[in-house]
Amino acid sequence: MSAALWQILQIALALALAPGLTGLVRWLKAVLQGRGGPSLLQPYRDLYRLLRKEPVVSEDSSWLFRLAPYGCFLAVLLAAAIVPTFTTHLTLVHAADLIALVALLGIARFLTALAGMDAGTAFGGLGASREMMIASLAEPAMLMVTFSLSLLAGSTLPANIVGFVLGGGIGLEVSMGLALAALTMVAIAETGRIPIDNPATHLELTMVHEAMVLEYSGRHLALMEATGMLRLWLFASLILCLFLPWGIALPGGGFLAILLGLVTYVVKLAGIAVALAVFETSIAKMRLFRVADFLGGALLLALLGTIFLYVSEAV
Amino acid sequence: MITGKTTLLHYLSFSRPVAAHQPWPRFVLDEAAWRGLVAELAVEDWDVLGLWADGNEIHCALRDEETGEIAVASHSCTDRRFASLSQVRPGVLRLERAVADLYGLQAAGNPDGRPWLDHGRWGVTHPLALARRPPPPAPYAYSFLPVEGEGLHQIPVGPVHAGIIEPGHFRFHCAGETVVRLEERLGWVHRGLEGALIGKPVAQAAKLVGRVSGDSTVAYAIAFARAVEAASGAEAPARAHWLRALMAELERIANHIFDFGAICNDAAFALMLGECSVLREEILRICESCFGHRLMMDAVVPGGVACDLTAEGAALLQDMLARLRPRFEELVELYDNSPSLLDRTVGTGVCTPALARQFGATGFVGRASGRAVDARRLPGYPPYDQMELPVPVRQDGDVNARIWIRIEEIRASLDLIGRILSQMPPGPLHTPIPTRGGEGMALVEGFRGEILVWVRLSQVGRIVRCHPRDPSWFQWPLLEAAIEGNIVADFPLCNKSFNCSYAGVDL
Repeated sequence: MSAALWQILQIALALALAPGLTGLVRWLKAVLQGRGGPSLLQPYRDLYRLLRKEPVVSEDSSWLFRLAPYGCFLAVLLAAAIVPTFTTHLTLVHAADLIALVALLGIARFLTALAGMDAGTAFGGLGASREMMIASLAEPAMLMVTFSLSLLAGSTLPANIVGFVLGGGIGLEVSMGLALAALTMVAIAETGRIPIDNPATHLELTMVHEAMVLEYSGRHLALMEATGMLRLWLFASLILCLFLPWGIALPGGGFLAILLGLVTYVVKLAGIAVALAVFETSIAKMRLFRVADFLGGALLLALLGTIFLYVSEAV
Repeated sequence: MITGKTTLLHYLSFSRPVAAHQPWPRFVLDEAAWRGLVAELAVEDWDVLGLWADGNEIHCALRDEETGEIAVASHSCTDRRFASLSQVRPGVLRLERAVADLYGLQAAGNPDGRPWLDHGRWGVTHPLALARRPPPPAPYAYSFLPVEGEGLHQIPVGPVHAGIIEPGHFRFHCAGETVVRLEERLGWVHRGLEGALIGKPVAQAAKLVGRVSGDSTVAYAIAFARAVEAASGAEAPARAHWLRALMAELERIANHIFDFGAICNDAAFALMLGECSVLREEILRICESCFGHRLMMDAVVPGGVACDLTAEGAALLQDMLARLRPRFEELVELYDNSPSLLDRTVGTGVCTPALARQFGATGFVGRASGRAVDARRLPGYPPYDQMELPVPVRQDGDVNARIWIRIEEIRASLDLIGRILSQMPPGPLHTPIPTRGGEGMALVEGFRGEILVWVRLSQVGRIVRCHPRDPSWFQWPLLEAAIEGNIVADFPLCNKSFNCSYAGVDL
């Protein structure tokens, strides 16, 4: 019974905090650049404004264009529901594992890319082709991280990995460090942050994710924007849950444990936002074709992590 | 007719000189001499500084690279046609297309017969010609140059962009991400400036010319003022020259600093834009307190300057110099120590020295590609002739080189401002412009490069014809060349490093 309650709370938390996280990163970056920065509430206001606006849909687009925002949003929301944030005592936590999570994100990306090409504009196609190039490199790296962790913890379920780490199953593990580095690089690519993509750019020709959603407006755009915010929240939460799970309440923990889990989670999330803002401010966007090197590096790190596991076992 | 090494003035001396063209001579060439000029251009190092029409006459400003001689060659078109210079000086191609649009004078031998400024939406054809013609029934269909090959696709960008910038259309032909050809189409902000100038009193015309390209308003105002002073025989007082130079250097610094930040911002390095915007804003505010306008519009007038620098103003500027220098050097260090940023700028958008020379590029575009031209030094004008002026030159021609030219020019301009403040003589600010006819030309170094203004005054002191030529005329085509072989995603970076003026060439 309480698992269902916490599950609902988890989804509400995702919806409530995702725009806030984006807002916090934007505000921190602005402050670091010496600007005043928009209010933390601005993403909420933007979504509210867009939701009330009538969407304008190109005559040349098909049903796919109108369906994609809902599909993307639901897929990412579902993925967000299975990542333990403050407790592992969730209904859906045993329903889907990390591989399913990669698949859900893949569905969202697939729909976005199709929608980008649907209206037939040059930028949509440009963005879709770039997104697919990035995805084809990011997904193997992400899966390799999953394998590395599941070999270590004996399970691909995030909740089990959390339990394993919290249960003192590992000490200082090289594989964990390599997997963390790889997942962070994948997360940067998947969420379209600098140096892979610039979420704040107005330059059509350099866009990746933004180019695909250029044709969207009104509530469709609101859903696409919300999907992007959720994705950032999801990857931040995933890194926290897999590598910094301390504070997460395990099943059987009382109400106090849940409360502690909530508080530590929000603090950790703010920490990630600071780290992201500092990183993004201190680096320029990389040349598009360097992305392959970057994600190739992520794949290599994750692969090394897996190999190290076998090596340490053999020794 | 081709004689090998000839100087420009020697060649032109066989034609009829025109009285009352100052400070450089003007010659009227007959059909054979004009054709001979085209032939000479093929072998001589003469720069074409500008090409414009007036009634049925075509004028061409030239400079001999070796001797530094400057002159204007004019030719009365018979049958509204003249021999094109575009085969020997490709930078002139668009100027000839603009002449055809505005005056209906056709350049025979120009391979590009498409209209340039005229999109067929003006309500009149050949608006400045002696005989205007009715407009076309429908806007012209514009065909971009064809590109053939397997798997090529087009990307149309603009004229309305996602950011708030000037309108221009860019047509990319790409193979995947690689740009095979870029073609620009401009003319979207044509304001009819040259037409509006005709018949205006000098004071009013000065305001119009000061608005050809708003970011270079001081340089344009100086160029117009010097052209009018040359035509009417007036000499601005010494202090006015120094004040003009002060304003011009302030304008140069403000623009270069902003460009520096904006180029980095196009590589998503927003920190630099933030810092540079603060510096620029401080400069603009000091300009406002010193000269009454942030961009110093209308502060330079024919005959002198409109406002003096007070002692408080001078103190503000001294104070700014002391604060600006270390802060700017910090940013330069940040740029030089950011490998992620250098990775984007080094080797990107290369404009070869040969091309820069062929197109007669000036300013940071020319100087980053090996052309050591600076109108402040050659032909030179007061007060720069009394000061040592370094002209930074690089050979690489990439985005990084254009950034470094800007950095070095900012340093040089900061030094110049310091010297101007300490050496500026006291005295009157303005002499009246005598009411008399004449023709004058001026070449002034704006932040983008050489600005040319040619003016003809009537006996009652009104504008008969005035032609402002922006340096961007010779830089836009080079952007097309520089992006070739780069990837589409690097275009904004290249474009910003050129930072050509749209309004300046749309007129």
